[in-house]
Amino acid sequence: MLWNLIYRSLRQHALSTLVTAGSIALASGLLMTVWVVKTQSQAVFAATNSGFDAVLGARGSKLQLVLNAIFHLEASPGNIAATDFEQIRRHRAVKAAIPLALGDSHEGWRIAGTVEALFNDIEYVPGKRYAFAAGGRNFKLGSQEAVVGSYAAQQLGWKVGRTFHPHHGLSEEGGHEHEENYIVVGVLEPTNTPVDRVIWIPLEGVQTMSGHNPLAATELSAVLIQLRAPTAGLMLNNQINAAGGKLTFAYPIGSIVAELFNKISWFDKVLTLLAWLVAVVAAGSVLVSIYNSMSARARDIAILRALGARRRTVFGAVVGEAAVIGALGSALGFVVFGILAATVATIIRAQAGVVLEPWQWNTVFAWGPAVFTGLCLLGGVVPAIKAYRVPVAETIAPVA
Amino acid sequence: MSLLQVTHLLKSYPAPGGGVQQVVNVPAFALGAGEQLALRGESGSGKTTFLNLIAGILAPDSGSIRLADQELTTLGEARRDRLRAGTIGYIFQTFNLLQGHTVLENVLLGMAFGPGANRPRAAALLQRMGLADKHDHYPRQLSTGQQQRVAVARALANQPKLVLADEPTGNLDRRNAREALQLIRETCRESGAALLLVSHDERVLAQFEQMQDFTHFNRAPTGAIA
Repeated sequence: MLWNLIYRSLRQHALSTLVTAGSIALASGLLMTVWVVKTQSQAVFAATNSGFDAVLGARGSKLQLVLNAIFHLEASPGNIAATDFEQIRRHRAVKAAIPLALGDSHEGWRIAGTVEALFNDIEYVPGKRYAFAAGGRNFKLGSQEAVVGSYAAQQLGWKVGRTFHPHHGLSEEGGHEHEENYIVVGVLEPTNTPVDRVIWIPLEGVQTMSGHNPLAATELSAVLIQLRAPTAGLMLNNQINAAGGKLTFAYPIGSIVAELFNKISWFDKVLTLLAWLVAVVAAGSVLVSIYNSMSARARDIAILRALGARRRTVFGAVVGEAAVIGALGSALGFVVFGILAATVATIIRAQAGVVLEPWQWNTVFAWGPAVFTGLCLLGGVVPAIKAYRVPVAETIAPVA
Repeated sequence: MSLLQVTHLLKSYPAPGGGVQQVVNVPAFALGAGEQLALRGESGSGKTTFLNLIAGILAPDSGSIRLADQELTTLGEARRDRLRAGTIGYIFQTFNLLQGHTVLENVLLGMAFGPGANRPRAAALLQRMGLADKHDHYPRQLSTGQQQRVAVARALANQPKLVLADEPTGNLDRRNAREALQLIRETCRESGAALLLVSHDERVLAQFEQMQDFTHFNRAPTGAIA
């Protein structure tokens, strides 16, 4: 019976039901988006290391070094000498050392110089090595060949056989086009890591590019390091960083990225607070919407009471109506969430190469709608009390 | 044994100028099962209050109302609601149909809080009222005469022992009033329900074999309260 009363009231007030549910949907979708993007981006960024344990670079910020060498964001903190690379490569604790030379780009997509071993030997996640799309292969050292990350290739519309001139600097503004002409020989299969956003060429290609400083032709931007054992990371951390020399050893990568999120945690808090405020306003809109219609509904309530409905029945019907609006809005909130989260995920992928999966299970999918439904239910209590108190005889009396 | 027995029933309201105004003062009143009785009463004579007291919508100041072997005045509000839902059918002057509900839904509401919704019975009642093709209509889509017939069907939906009718023809033209009254009396007779009807319309009152003047057994001074 209660459900029938709720259903018919919702049907009778269909327009205000939809408008109110729409405001709940916006609030619910916003809260879920903020929550999912916050939790998932923290987890995904902290887990993104492209298969490496540490980064060696010039003296400076570890975070800047990781952002530059792993995420291909930020500028390089400086160069290191080839001898430093050789030294770390030969260290008994180091399993693999992949040099990087950075600083050029093409149409805004970063170009990185590295060695063939990156795509031949390295597992970017345990058990997964880089693979080339059909018809592609790795570049050869000493050649003017390039391998393109899947996302960059897709955005640039590049396929094997495409040629291009690297641009000096990290953006198209300023700088100049190098005269070297590179040919794309391979497009990587998607890895859902920042590697997808980079154009890869042989190391010496960047080092000796026309217009680059010939004195720095052997220098490197960073070295990506795989260790034989995690304990070695602490040892190298002590040896290199504590020595206060010209190098920085960024280890462990996940903790350093987590620092970034700690630094911007205030932003998360502001967004979450905003989402909760929107939630409270939405619940308030349910209260106001039903409360404002109570005068018009009083007669219907009095009639129901005259037909034998108990006070608690009409109270339950109003609270239930508010809860159903909340539940309906929360359900629609998943549509809003789908749109917002997909947009945010696309932006993050474009900017950082990190792929979020918004529909991956998150507890907010359960407690978010429950909280919204609960808030709306609470919002329904005030008009429900008004319904509970409707004086039957006075209200039902014919209007003179 | 009477279906309804009222003794020493008193009900007062706060008076506009302070103090209280007695509206109902009925020393004794009774109605047998299946009986049909018309009460004559002018506006403000307290007859609607009297019906509301019998229906358990209002609680009296004192006195006794015995309905179907249950003492109403000792029951809590929830139990009065339950008794009303299962025992009483109420027909209002202004029909009091729920505008957001269809004709069929309005009739179903008449039984929902008592014996429970029974679609076949609701459909049969509407057929009896000549509204078999109006199930999905909303009250606003019906004539006033049709609306009153829906109200009658709703009042009979819970198979009541007592039907209370408060000026049921007050909003109808002469022809519709005659038809509605005939329908109410016939259907109450068919279902075995007692009928207590109040009206100030002499044409209505003249239809009844039993008629009493409300002011004869209500000793409260007449005022401007329904």
